[in-house]
Amino acid sequence: MNQIRQLSVQWIWGLLFMLLASSAEAKILHEERSVYTRIIVQDSNRLRCLKFTLKRDDSTQTCINLNHPKQLVFSYTKMSLASLLLQPNPRRVLIIGLGGGTLPMALRDIAAEATIDTVEIDAAVVRVAKNYFGYVEDEKNRAITQDARVYGKRAALRGLEYDLIILDAFNGEYIPEHLMTVEFLQEMQALLSDGGVLVANTFANSELYDYESATYAAVFGEFLNFRSPATGNRIIIVPQARLTADQRSELSAEAMQARAEQLQTALEPYDVPITAYAKKLVWLSKRQPDWDIDAYPLTDQFSPANVLNSR
Amino acid sequence: MALLIHILAFCGGFVIMSMELLGGRILAPYFGSGVYVGGSIITVFMLSLSLGYLLGGRLSVNNPSLTRFAGIFALGAILLYPLILFAEPIMEFIFLRIEDPRYGSLVASAFLFILPTVILGMISPYSVRLLVTKVEESGKVAGTLYFVSTLGSAIGTLMTSFYFILWFEVNTVLTLLTLVLLVVAAVAVVAARR
Repeated sequence: MNQIRQLSVQWIWGLLFMLLASSAEAKILHEERSVYTRIIVQDSNRLRCLKFTLKRDDSTQTCINLNHPKQLVFSYTKMSLASLLLQPNPRRVLIIGLGGGTLPMALRDIAAEATIDTVEIDAAVVRVAKNYFGYVEDEKNRAITQDARVYGKRAALRGLEYDLIILDAFNGEYIPEHLMTVEFLQEMQALLSDGGVLVANTFANSELYDYESATYAAVFGEFLNFRSPATGNRIIIVPQARLTADQRSELSAEAMQARAEQLQTALEPYDVPITAYAKKLVWLSKRQPDWDIDAYPLTDQFSPANVLNSR
Repeated sequence: MALLIHILAFCGGFVIMSMELLGGRILAPYFGSGVYVGGSIITVFMLSLSLGYLLGGRLSVNNPSLTRFAGIFALGAILLYPLILFAEPIMEFIFLRIEDPRYGSLVASAFLFILPTVILGMISPYSVRLLVTKVEESGKVAGTLYFVSTLGSAIGTLMTSFYFILWFEVNTVLTLLTLVLLVVAAVAVVAARR
């Protein structure tokens, strides 16, 4: 019953989105076929979106509101920023997957001290983010055009460490399979500093959900499974991701609340409901797994993520 | 006899493309999934096959026999199996020495895939030699042979990408491919003795 309700809510959202997207004002500003994907920049109703295909909505990577460019349009971007409750002053941030670059730009502003490295495989996406979405590189905010797996291995050899790692390379359509395996997550874990937080922005609407969950559980034990039933998004947040689950300190409601208050002013322009997120994270930390715990973790040897994602 | 040779050629085609498809998965942890990785693998396979055709043709001139033909499959199996054991250390060695993932993936593909693919490339010309009895039929024989072996390649690609990766680990598929080569080699040896 609950599932049916969830589905119908998804439908309504989908319909609303289609209405918005197909309204008369929709205008394509830029279209190109890069080596990896088709890139479309579209304006409609003061909303500028980066898409990787024209038809399907779940290929929308990033949108910005042209009237309020700072305001984050998608809930998953906001949900990713809930990680700041666990790591309020990251010095070094690694983001895998650039999209329109709204996440690194927001973090550049909110955590002014942080150095942000964003790894993006497609040079064309970096160009489009700069030309249409206001992504700007500076000495503390740089884009690296490389495969994330290669970057991670090289970064480990150079002894780099990050306080916050955000995996944002997945969309509803295509999963880079070598970025969803136990081995990849272990490589990311090894790049984290003590107390470092790992965040993954993924989806929860296919058979892949169980396998993906099992993969994160195999590496990190427990994690905060922050789901948005309306959009099918889910954000995986692993606090103190270098430690084993029982070494991690418990999330206290008071501490989360205090951090939310500290962050509130900085997050206001981005429309992030951080106080609500603080409560949510504490609640999530007490939840039991809602996936099939017998599912196999995905590994470099066994990673049919795209086949699973299509069912 | 002719049927057996066609079945063997089919299996050869199947194994080559299944291995090529797995190549991308084997390389991805070290060299990523950029277009150049696919490019490196295809380059190495094409180069190896071309060499294999050349060598297979030369080999078929001297005392062609079903037993020697079986030997090609057995040697292919022996050279394919080490992929399971040594792919990791070989890729790590190359990763540490070559910074650019384009050349890294090209060199790694070469080390991993040249030997088995050259040997498996020898199958087609050698089969033609075993099957041709009259000059005027040679084109027809070669055509049927390419049809069968390329059909094997198509089915190997399809089965691996649609099903094997869902059912098995990469190393399990490689083990199965090795076993297929060994079994057909054994069958050919037995047939040659009778």
